[in-house]
Amino acid sequence: MSLSGILVQMLNGLASASTLFLLASGLSLIFGVTRIVNFAHGSLFMLGAYIAWSLTERMSGALGFWAAMGLSALAVGAIGAAIEMLLLRRIYRAPELFQLLATFALTLVVRDAVLGVWGSEDLLGPRAPGLSGSVEILGRRFPQYDLALIVIGPLVLALVWLLLRRTRWGALVRAATQDREMVGALGVNQSLLFTSVFALGAALAGLGGALQLPREPASAGLDLAAIGDAFVVVVVGGMGSLPGAFVAALLIAEIKALCIALGTWSLPWGGTISFPKFTLVAEFLVMAIVLVVRPWGLMGKPQAAVRTGAPPETPLAPADATTRIIGFATLGALAALPLIVGVGSYALVLSIDIFIGVLFAVSLHFVMGPGGMHSFGHAAYFGLGAYASGLLLKSAGLPMELALVMSILGGALGAFVFGWFCVRLSGVYFAMLTLAFGQIVWSVVFQWDEVTGGSNGVIGVWPAPWLAAKQTYYYLALACCVAGVLLLRRILFSPFGYALRATRDSVLRSDAIGIDVQRIQWIAFIVAGAVCGLAGGLFAFSKGSISPETISVGRSIDGLVMVLLGGVETLSGPIVGAAAFLFLQDSIARHIEYWRAMLGLLILVLVLAFPDGIVGAVRKRLGKGSQQT
Amino acid sequence: MSLLVVDRLCKSFGGVRAVDDVSFSLAPGELLAMIGPNGAGKTTCFNMINGQLAADSGRVLLHDADISRLPPREIWKRGVGRTFQIAATFASLTVVENVQMALISHAGRLYRMWSRAAAFEREKALALLAQVGMAEQADRPCGVLAYGDVKRVELAIALANEPKLLLMDEPTAGMAPKERNELMALTRKLVVERGIGVLFTEHSMDVVFGYADRLVVLARGKLIAQGDVDAIRNDPNVRAVYFGSGKTVERARA
Repeated sequence: MSLSGILVQMLNGLASASTLFLLASGLSLIFGVTRIVNFAHGSLFMLGAYIAWSLTERMSGALGFWAAMGLSALAVGAIGAAIEMLLLRRIYRAPELFQLLATFALTLVVRDAVLGVWGSEDLLGPRAPGLSGSVEILGRRFPQYDLALIVIGPLVLALVWLLLRRTRWGALVRAATQDREMVGALGVNQSLLFTSVFALGAALAGLGGALQLPREPASAGLDLAAIGDAFVVVVVGGMGSLPGAFVAALLIAEIKALCIALGTWSLPWGGTISFPKFTLVAEFLVMAIVLVVRPWGLMGKPQAAVRTGAPPETPLAPADATTRIIGFATLGALAALPLIVGVGSYALVLSIDIFIGVLFAVSLHFVMGPGGMHSFGHAAYFGLGAYASGLLLKSAGLPMELALVMSILGGALGAFVFGWFCVRLSGVYFAMLTLAFGQIVWSVVFQWDEVTGGSNGVIGVWPAPWLAAKQTYYYLALACCVAGVLLLRRILFSPFGYALRATRDSVLRSDAIGIDVQRIQWIAFIVAGAVCGLAGGLFAFSKGSISPETISVGRSIDGLVMVLLGGVETLSGPIVGAAAFLFLQDSIARHIEYWRAMLGLLILVLVLAFPDGIVGAVRKRLGKGSQQT
Repeated sequence: MSLLVVDRLCKSFGGVRAVDDVSFSLAPGELLAMIGPNGAGKTTCFNMINGQLAADSGRVLLHDADISRLPPREIWKRGVGRTFQIAATFASLTVVENVQMALISHAGRLYRMWSRAAAFEREKALALLAQVGMAEQADRPCGVLAYGDVKRVELAIALANEPKLLLMDEPTAGMAPKERNELMALTRKLVVERGIGVLFTEHSMDVVFGYADRLVVLARGKLIAQGDVDAIRNDPNVRAVYFGSGKTVERARA
């Protein structure tokens, strides 16, 4: 690789950094003021690109092109304002988990809306009139448009910075970033401030999406890719810090550019190393390192204390007679199911999926509910379990039974390593870091063809002959599911489980009575990882294959929805939630084209109307949850 | 022999010397009050003794062993109980479970995953709650208690590891006068019965002069006086800090 080649790649990185900064600065501004981590920010970026495509179809010439860019930004800003007024305004006081989920639900709705309006084809945008050529730099051609982008990024930074430093509105935004309750107490119209900030953030994302159009086509996968990048940038730079977002955007874009520029090298001991394959891993690794060394990002500050906490949970009580009877009856019915529906029935297939889902959901609930750690990357441990089983069976030739046991170890080992980093953080930063680790696992699996089979995954992962019949595997899955649920339940009522809840309730008090908070949380994380790994192993053998798609961020979110659907406060919640979710998904996905949007709307309804989940709502209705009052 | 020795403790935040060269000691069975105006450095001092904050310089000795570099949980294991200015308990556990949690930790059983925590030394926990007058409310969630009751639960938690030293940061803040006297009388009783040393901060002068054996007075991070109640009451430095010297008024007149 020549020096000029590297330099041109670095310039390319600068251009990418500009759109990345536009995207991330909006996210950062919104978080700073509203304390909402806007998962839908990638969707706004995507909308910007699509709207710009439609506008540039109708508006020609240089003037038309740039007007289209501006109008796209305004349109997305207006959409942002609408989102803020209709949805977010209702959930500012909700626990942050709900806010993350509500905005994630938006991404589902927006994605299907985009597919409905613009179709599933990638839409290639026009080149910018007057900037469609290229200039020669060090003997290599470099697009003029990218040069323009390199200028636009810092220009927007300067404009927003002036807006924040020189106007009354900017002073209010900065004040709210430091202490929004105080700003409210001083009589500032918070609704107006929040709406305008959200609109500005959305407009910046829309502008970023629009400006990216001449470089890459608008596609429906843009949202998740964009939000992943934006999270990394904002977390690395420090939540709420504009200059931080700029520096981090430069850092991330340049590291990616460097990976591409380095290309493929042959190693002295044989084999090759292909740096372009590390682009995904590299950015999340940077984030993980920054979070561990500087937990608040390069230029961020520690999160201000949140004064509007959710009310404390009611104490856990052992199952009463009714619950026990329901539990045993369900178990009896499930044991008899293959005899009732017949051995070849689809109900068995769906039930196996549900058992696996329940195991996945209860393991997530274990860290999320009693542990208070909101993991957004739980799919990682599912994936590690699944791949551990699959690879040990296929490549190492382990017998299936042993491979399944090893899935527990796979999940636990992953949680052991990642958990060590994660328990050093809390709140939103914990969620981000778990998400990052989830993405690292996903991208390693996706890009490491030689071992994991890349996007094709591992196939031919079938159970041992004596377990191969559907109804036998059904009983295996049921047994594992029941064992996992009972184990976690037992632990929750043990001294360790109490200590786990203690660390969630008060770190200060835990520390003052000799509880090593991080160690307790770490061990809980490992226990959950082990159970989750088993779910992954069961999954691999039930499908006969495992691919990166099945362990993507979507699965992590499914897990969160299952837990919240059932209710995070109760132990039966995740079980009911997982069953309801998978049943719904199965019946909706088969009959409705836009089932993702349906799922999104379901989540929104859930968050707005039933913040306690199904089991919580039933309990309240029955008056069982009213011990407190 | 002294139970606690604080030796030339210093802590600065930026340019502010929050605690500046503070030294004092505390004997077993003694109730020592730390007083001073707001911002005098009382809580900072507490947090350094408790291990939450690292001192810039100076030492904290417990039974002649240096504890100034230990984390709070290690200091607790050596027999130091603590209550906070804003009470900290486990809101989602019941009152008795809160105390049991401390007992479990004291017995070194935190990592047991199979036995049932609710059965662990419940009687002992109830006895501790009875001492602070909270036995009737043992099975209520701690999150729904009145604030004064939470403070009493906190005291029961702090007593669970049979401490030799209790650190109480404003134990009676937010309580009604009658409750205050009850709590302090209880503390006084425990000190005598068990030979515990207590260091507490307090704004209410009734409580301080009514219950403390000895006082140390901080102002602007410095220790300006220490001694028994009468000595402090008549100390000109203390009077100047609390009531002013009258000089500003004279200057204004001139």
